[in-house]
Amino acid sequence: MAEKELLLGDEAIALGAIHAGISGVYAYPGTPSTEITEFIQNNPLAKERKLHSTWCTNEKTAMEAALGMSYAGKRALVCMKHVGMNVAADAFVNSAITGVNGGLVVLAADDPSMHSSQNEQDSRFYGKFAMIPILEPSSQQEAYDMMGYAYSLSEDLKLPILMRVVTRLAHSRAAVEVAVIHEENQLNPDNERTHWVLLPGNARKQYLELVRKQKEMEESSSKSPYNCLENLNSEHDYEFGVIACGIGYNYIKEADRDDSHIPVLKVSQYPLPENEVRTMAANCKYILVVEDGQPFVEGMVKAFLSKDYEVKGRLTGTLPRTGELTPDNVSEALGREVKCSFGKSQVVMPRPPALCQGCGHRDVYDALNKVVTEYPNARIFGDIGCYTLGALPPFRAIDSCVDMGASITMAKGASDAGVFPAIAVIGDSTFTHSGMTGLLDAVNDHANITVVISDNLTTAMTGGQDSAGTNKFEAICLGLGIEPEHVRVVVPLPKNMEEITRIIREEIEYKGVSVIIPRRECIQTLNRKLRQKRADKS
Amino acid sequence: MKKDIILSGVGGQGILTIATIIGEAATAEGINLKQAEVHGMSQRGGDVQSNLRLSDKNIYSDLIAQGKADMIISMEPMEALRYLPYLHEEGWIITSANPFKNIPDYPEDDELVNTLESLPHVVKLEIEDIAKENNMPKCANVILLGMAAKYIEILSPEQLRESIGRVFAAKGEKIVEMNQRAFDIGLNAVK
Repeated sequence: MAEKELLLGDEAIALGAIHAGISGVYAYPGTPSTEITEFIQNNPLAKERKLHSTWCTNEKTAMEAALGMSYAGKRALVCMKHVGMNVAADAFVNSAITGVNGGLVVLAADDPSMHSSQNEQDSRFYGKFAMIPILEPSSQQEAYDMMGYAYSLSEDLKLPILMRVVTRLAHSRAAVEVAVIHEENQLNPDNERTHWVLLPGNARKQYLELVRKQKEMEESSSKSPYNCLENLNSEHDYEFGVIACGIGYNYIKEADRDDSHIPVLKVSQYPLPENEVRTMAANCKYILVVEDGQPFVEGMVKAFLSKDYEVKGRLTGTLPRTGELTPDNVSEALGREVKCSFGKSQVVMPRPPALCQGCGHRDVYDALNKVVTEYPNARIFGDIGCYTLGALPPFRAIDSCVDMGASITMAKGASDAGVFPAIAVIGDSTFTHSGMTGLLDAVNDHANITVVISDNLTTAMTGGQDSAGTNKFEAICLGLGIEPEHVRVVVPLPKNMEEITRIIREEIEYKGVSVIIPRRECIQTLNRKLRQKRADKS
Repeated sequence: MKKDIILSGVGGQGILTIATIIGEAATAEGINLKQAEVHGMSQRGGDVQSNLRLSDKNIYSDLIAQGKADMIISMEPMEALRYLPYLHEEGWIITSANPFKNIPDYPEDDELVNTLESLPHVVKLEIEDIAKENNMPKCANVILLGMAAKYIEILSPEQLRESIGRVFAAKGEKIVEMNQRAFDIGLNAVK
C-alpha cells in the first residue's frame, strides 16, 4: 500500500513541491499560506537537500528571487497570501513575458470570507491578466499531485504557473498518498539573453510569443486530468448543469450523495475549457457556476455563450455575492432546503480576537492613548499585524489600516495636508516589508510625522516567523536619514510608562521625522522558547 | 458510518490537540477524515472551531452542513452554543462547564446553564476544575476528549487512548501517562 500522510492543504502543496524537485521556496508569511514554507523549513528531505527556505522581506523580493532560481535552470516555488500578489505583481506579470527556464510555480492563497484579511480579491484574475495557466486544486490529494504536474507544465510551456487555493483547502487536513520523488534540476543558467532583457524591442517579441502560447494553454486545459465533464450524456437534455471550480466541486459532490447525478464540469485548470462549457450549454437549460471567491468564471461564461442563455451564480444572487462557499449556500443554490433543528442561541455573544495579556503592543497603545488626549487633532495611522487589534476596545487607538506599510506614507500625506500630530504605528516585520521606502519619502520631504516601530522581534500575527530587520532598525533609520537624536528606543512595560509618554510628547513636538522604537519580545514566542528550554532540561 | 464533529473553544484552549488525537486514531484505523482548522488572527483569544469529519465512505466537503453535526465538543460552554444551528436533532453536546470570560458582555451563568439544560443531549463537566484538582492543569482538553470518547463511536475509547500514546510520544513517557490518565478521568466521569 502506498504511504499516506495526514496533511493540511498547505502541507500537501509543500510536500508536492519538494517531491517535484524544487531547489527553493521564497515567501513572506501570510495567512493562509504560511504553513507551506514552514513545512519545507522542517522537512527532513528538504533539509538534506539544503533547499532554500528562509523567509523573504516581502512578496516582491520573493517572486524575483524565485525567477532568478528559475533563470539558473532550477525549480522554484513562491508562496503568498492573495494580497501579497499585489506586492509581487510587477515581477509576477513580467515573468510571464520573460518566460521561465527551470519550472516556476507561484502559489496564491486566497481568503474568501476574510478570515484573516482585509479583502477577498480573487487571484485567478491575476493569472488571466498575466495570461498564464492557473491550477486550482479541489482536494489535498490534488494539491499534492498537481505540484509535479505544474512543474512539468511550466517547463513545457516555458511559463510560470499560478496555483490558487482558498483558506478552506489550505487549512484543512486529509490523508494524502505520496508519489514519486524527483531529483532537483541541474544548474543550467539560460544562455539566451534576449527574452530576459525586457527592452521594448525584446518585450514586444516576447509578448507575441505569450499570445501564441495561449492556444497550447487552452489545449492543455481541455485534456487536463484535473478538468472533467461528469454525468452528462450528450443524447439527453438536462434542466441544469454545474461548473464547479476548485473546492466548489466538493460541495456539489456532497449534495449529489442522493445520486441525483447532476451534470458537472469540474474545473481545476484554466484557461477555462471552453469546448466543454459549450457542450454543457448545449445539453442543459441553464448553467450554475459554483466558484469560491469572485465571479471569475461566471463572467467569462456569460461573455462567450449566447446572450439569452441563462447563467446563474454569484452575479445573479443564486449564490451569495460575497463570502466563501459552504455546503449550505451551495445546497440552497441547487434548490435544496437546509434544515436546522436548533436556531441561533440568543445567549451567544461575539468574541473578537484581542492582543495577548502581557503583549508589548498593549503598552504602546496605553502610552499613545495617554499622550493623544493632549492633542485633540491627532490621527494615528495603523498598519497590518497583531497591533491592528489596537483598533478594537479597550484601546480604539488607530484611525486606519489599509495595506502593508501604509501607516507611514498615509501619515506623511495627512501631514502634508495639515494634520498634526500625524503618527504612524507599524510593526517590525511590516516596516521592512514595505515601510522603509515610505520613510525615505518622509525624510526627503522633511515631513512632520512621528513613526512608532513597535518591535516584538518577530512576525507575530502569522505565528512567529523570523523578521527581516531584527537588530537592524536603528541602523536602517539612520541610514535613511533620520537624525540620530530622533531615533528613540524604549522598552514597552507599564513601569516605563512615564518615560515612554515623555518621549512620545518630545517627538511629536519635534518638527520633522522621528522614529520611536518600543522593543520587547512577543509574549507568544517568548513563552514558546521558555517551554522549549524547560522541555530540554527535563 | 459517519461522524461529523465540531470542536470549539477559545484560541489557545487546545482544541487542535483534540483534533490531532482523533485524526491520528482515524488514520491508524483507515477511516477517512477531513479536518478544517482555524489559523491566524482568531487564535488571539477569539472564538475558534474545527470541523472534523470522519467516515468509512469518501468525504468531499471540508465543512459540515447546518443540521448535520453529530457532536459539538467544546472547551467552553458559550462556545458550544455558538454552533447550535449545525447540530443534528439527535446530536450531542459535550462541553466544559467552566466559562472563559474575556469579553465584557459574557452571558450570566444561569442563563448559560438554562440554555444548555434545555437541549436534549448535553454532557457538561467542570473540566478545568478537575484538571487542577488532579494536578494536570494543561490536560483539560484531554479530559474533555475522554468525556466525549463513548459518543464518538466510529473510534473506540481504546483506539483514542492508544492514539494519545503516539501523539505525545515525542514529549516523553511522563507526559503520555499524564494525558492517558486525564483521558481516563474524563471517560469514567461519564456514565
